[in-house]
Amino acid sequence: MQLTGAQALIKSLEMEGTEVMFGLPGGAILPVYDPLIDSSIRHILVRHEQGAGHMAEGYAHATGRPGVAMVTSGPAATNIVTPLCNAYMDSVPIVVITGQVAYSVIGTDAFQECDTLGITMPVTKHNWLVTDARDVPQVVREAFHVATTGRPGPVLIDMPKDISNQTMEWYWPDGVDLPGYKPTTRGHPKQIKDAARLMAEAHRPVIYAGGGILKARAAEALRELVELTGFPVVTTLMARGAFPDDHELCLGMPGMHGNYTAVTAMQRADLLVALGSRFDDRVTGKVSAFAPEAKTIHVDIDPAELGKVRRPDVPIVGDCRLVIEELVKAVRSSRSKHEWPSLAAWHDQLRRWQQQYPLVFEQDDSGPLKPQFVIDSLRDHTPDDTIVASGVGQHQMWTSQRWHFNHPYTWVNSGGLGTMGFAVPAAIGAKVGRPERLVWAVDGDGCFQMTAQELVTASAERIPVKIAILNNAYLGMVRQWQELFYEERYSEVYLSPDLPDYVKWAEAMGCVGFRVDHPDDVVPTIEKANAIDDRPVVVDFRVDYREKVYPMVPAGLSNDDIVVDPSQGDGGH
Amino acid sequence: MPATHHTLSVLVENKAGVLTRIAGLFARRGFNIYSLAVAPTDDERFSRITIVVDVESKPLEQITKQLFKLINVVKITELHPDEAVERELMLCTVKAEPATRGQVIELVGVFEGKIVDVGHEEVTIMMAGAPSKLDDFEELMRRYGIEDLQRTGRVALPRLDRGTARLHSVSGMVS
Repeated sequence: MQLTGAQALIKSLEMEGTEVMFGLPGGAILPVYDPLIDSSIRHILVRHEQGAGHMAEGYAHATGRPGVAMVTSGPAATNIVTPLCNAYMDSVPIVVITGQVAYSVIGTDAFQECDTLGITMPVTKHNWLVTDARDVPQVVREAFHVATTGRPGPVLIDMPKDISNQTMEWYWPDGVDLPGYKPTTRGHPKQIKDAARLMAEAHRPVIYAGGGILKARAAEALRELVELTGFPVVTTLMARGAFPDDHELCLGMPGMHGNYTAVTAMQRADLLVALGSRFDDRVTGKVSAFAPEAKTIHVDIDPAELGKVRRPDVPIVGDCRLVIEELVKAVRSSRSKHEWPSLAAWHDQLRRWQQQYPLVFEQDDSGPLKPQFVIDSLRDHTPDDTIVASGVGQHQMWTSQRWHFNHPYTWVNSGGLGTMGFAVPAAIGAKVGRPERLVWAVDGDGCFQMTAQELVTASAERIPVKIAILNNAYLGMVRQWQELFYEERYSEVYLSPDLPDYVKWAEAMGCVGFRVDHPDDVVPTIEKANAIDDRPVVVDFRVDYREKVYPMVPAGLSNDDIVVDPSQGDGGH
Repeated sequence: MPATHHTLSVLVENKAGVLTRIAGLFARRGFNIYSLAVAPTDDERFSRITIVVDVESKPLEQITKQLFKLINVVKITELHPDEAVERELMLCTVKAEPATRGQVIELVGVFEGKIVDVGHEEVTIMMAGAPSKLDDFEELMRRYGIEDLQRTGRVALPRLDRGTARLHSVSGMVS
């Protein structure tokens, strides 16, 4: 069967099980958009290429399947660099296809030519420039394989226009030919035994669960390990939901804006069991002062993470789920032979911290409306399996702190890169992947203005996501730092609550718009929004701009210097 | 050469852009390349890149692990100077006026080099050998006046096993 390169590309995507793709056509990718008309793949036409990339990420977060985005060359390719970098930092499997000028004119500064391969090399796990239509099926197969195996990540296929028009004899390759790519998935048995031995000696252990748990579909295995050992768990920003917040051994989020107990438990621990986490600077604070008494077991599928920031006592390269399952066996065997130390005193200590330093805020009945109150109300008036997306800033930290994530894959956010504007398109992608779920984005007013136009996409495609804007009229997190560390000199952070008019803007984009500025109206409006399922909803919550995110570990300081809410004193050290 | 330098012999797929991927990785992770030599191997699917890295900037372990994450990198072997055969090629144009020409030619002979071009006032010398030998020769030529000099960067292979070769291979560590 003779196909053009373009037809082969679409057919290869179908062979890989692609059901939906997000994109926007243009000159160099035109040939590939033609066979798309006859394809089973649903295409969602975005309004900006960045939106396509983040939607693919949201889709991947919510479903575990690779998200696919397709855009043209030049400016479209550069517009999708941000999502690629975001996906690279957060290990999100996405496959991005870019059009390219004809291979015969590459290097001549042709119209809409840019060196997409060169630009995206540092932000992809791998990328390909297709130079022969016969390579298309092989490249697509390799791209999906690389994106979804090992440490997942973004990949890019750059498709020159003349290659799309070339004909080839269709085939589907049996497998991939990547002699330099063989991820280690099974942990070394000796290392696993050593890990179990360290665990058997711990009096103050903490499991430090990271996003790798979710990527490896290891939430159930983790729960088994926790219930077997009684080790408490912290779940990082990327791992919220990997272990249920309502479990008594869940301590919640650690790090710069983590809760007191999670942060301090790690500081006082004598053993950290790091599972799919990477000792990110937002978690460790000042590295030399991080968890000073703790031995560490570090499990990661990426060998480069082991020892990158902190040298582990027991490094284990492997897939989190497979390694945890083996650990469970090793722990069972160890516990059947001898008794492990009691953790009762440690559990008591953790409970005392939890009682002494809960997350606090006060909502006055008459207002002003507190952002924390909005998040709590949203949390308490949505189903347990609601998917929540967020942008980056104060609203993100409050949501991560306060939401009760009891199921994996219910939290979609931008961690490593900290990409403002992530929430709206990511929520749309998540809703496309999980149409049966309620999907809310909690967004900031600054973030919302970066990618709001994708709500036009959502309206046109009937994707009923809901957006709660915590509108404090400021770039809130920047304002918080200027207040605390720059002597209240507020430089370029004021945005205005009324400009733009978010309700009118929502309506102009085909959404329902609400405005709430009184605490009494919060719950009724949330319920009204929940009842709408034929179009997107935007709620403009006018919240108190003075609220700050606490606790907070100031940048560059030790986690011991954690600052709790001013009403709770100085942190108790 | 200072002990802060290590030689990595990297087997890569012979594909377009591989060198860019490696050079880019070194740059963005803050590793320093001291010298680099690339050439095809006997198997046309693969090339061998010999990289001498400055490990004062970052630990060697992190360099090799990050390098191994590149999809096109097939195998990395760390070659300790004691356990490897290392060679380098140098071309060097030296002032050789009639009065000193004899001395230069004599030194070339001592070092087993070759004169590959002769001008009225200078000669171009080719010399292959262990990098330290080239260092010595370069030092000796300096007093005559070096006009131009080009070294290839070292290439290396492990010493053949005659009992106790210790190869520090880091293969099998991919993600």
